[in-house]
Amino acid sequence: MSIVYYPGCSAAGTSSDYEKSTQAVCDALGMSFTPLPDWNCCGSTPAHATSTELSAALSVRNLDIAAKMGAEKVATPCPSCLSNLRLAKKRMEKPEFRARVDELLDEASSAELPQTYSVMQLIYEKYGSEFVAHRVQRPLKGLKVACYYGCLMSRPADIMADFGHPENPQVMESLLRACGAEVVEFPLKTECCGASHGIPERQLTANLSGKILETAQNMGIDALVAACPLCQMNLDLRQKQAGKAMGKEFALPVFYYTQMMGMAFGIKLSALGLNKLVVSPEPVLKKWQAALKEGVCE
Amino acid sequence: MDAINLSHKDAAFTRAVATRSGQSVTACYQCGNCTAGCPAGFTYDMPVSQIMRGVQLGLKDQVLNAKSLWMCLSCSTCTLRCPNDIDVAGIMETLRHMAREQGQVSVPKVNKFWMSFLDTVRIFGRSYEIGVMALYMMRSLRVFTDVDLAPDALSKQKLGLMPHVTPNGGAEAVGRIMQRFKERADREGGAA
Ligand code: SF4
Ligand code: SF4
Repeated sequence: MSIVYYPGCSAAGTSSDYEKSTQAVCDALGMSFTPLPDWNCCGSTPAHATSTELSAALSVRNLDIAAKMGAEKVATPCPSCLSNLRLAKKRMEKPEFRARVDELLDEASSAELPQTYSVMQLIYEKYGSEFVAHRVQRPLKGLKVACYYGCLMSRPADIMADFGHPENPQVMESLLRACGAEVVEFPLKTECCGASHGIPERQLTANLSGKILETAQNMGIDALVAACPLCQMNLDLRQKQAGKAMGKEFALPVFYYTQMMGMAFGIKLSALGLNKLVVSPEPVLKKWQAALKEGVCE
Repeated sequence: MDAINLSHKDAAFTRAVATRSGQSVTACYQCGNCTAGCPAGFTYDMPVSQIMRGVQLGLKDQVLNAKSLWMCLSCSTCTLRCPNDIDVAGIMETLRHMAREQGQVSVPKVNKFWMSFLDTVRIFGRSYEIGVMALYMMRSLRVFTDVDLAPDALSKQKLGLMPHVTPNGGAEAVGRIMQRFKERADREGGAA
């Protein structure tokens, strides 16, 4: 029992494709997780915007269950959950803060709470590019992609120092290169997409996502690759709104990095949830399949 | 932004922000780096560096009434780029907490959306999209502003139609956390 898995709320709704493909890729690599039973929402932005102590209490309830299961680490695919769970653990180091949070919980939390990691970081640290490359059966040949992390995967910098440079992380690039894709350096890789303001302040989100899509599309890439459920939704489901805000037409498929890795591992496309992408991934799949065929004939 | 009115200086406010955020607000020398990198800045009535200046000067009302507090995306770019290692995003967060406690929420719809989200968490232990939307529409008396997304969202099953209830008493445990939080906030005189 060492790594406990925290899926986060999006996994059951907007990003069930991320969840599916994450599980498929981890299975293929042999990475096993113990599910966290009875997990609850980390409270996301609404909780921390209300109170740091409330936000921490919601996160700590999860970390505490994991601690009692003997977990060494907690894994989550969602950068927003990651950030909340990590911040909570860090803040709990202060005794006065801990006392205030424990007061909100049914019982005082465990003295030692496990650290949380993104699934991406765990894959990278445990297996590395070489092992991943070794596992590839259908390389992502002919595909030119850019990686987009969003603002929370590598930040706040003081709690995410182990992930790499806060504005120029390289983990996703390494993984996708190992899968055979041509990865271009994306200058906006850690810019904010407009996050959860999409509903109450749609124009703000449409503008920020629009800038990201415009830059990406101008780079002549086949697809943008994301790692955050909220970013993916803003860039994919809201791509038309973003286009309107910029006075442009976008047609840029936005994959999850786990969907791309799964394709390279030869996992059945239906097991990767590609049917949930709003902007059709067909052109990308066709290009890839054509390149693979060419390779066979060579 | 209007001219800064120095007649309302409130030193206690400056101290309160410093204590609650754990940041040294006096370290800011107004270089403007935070403002330059702020992605939401184009929607702000008071740029983030001016908010920092306002905090230093004790301009309590002006700062707590700024719309900027509610348009901030918590992306922490400002924190990252501050040459004086001030957690600027943390200060923005503290200011949101203080503004809410004083009942000064100058962009109510953002706050209503957040409260709707927290309601689903309180009831179910987890958030779910349709529930958040329904509650938000009731609160803001707005018809779903994203109707243009509905065909894609529904055909791709992007929205959880059923609440994801935390099993085994988890939802109730979360409800108790929220209840204790609310009671304590009431007791201590802040609005939850
Ligand atoms: S955290 Fe808020 S104030 Fe700071 S850069 Fe991001 S949006 Fe701007
Ligand atoms: S970056 Fe730091 S020092 Fe510069 S204006 Fe912003 S808070 Fe002040």
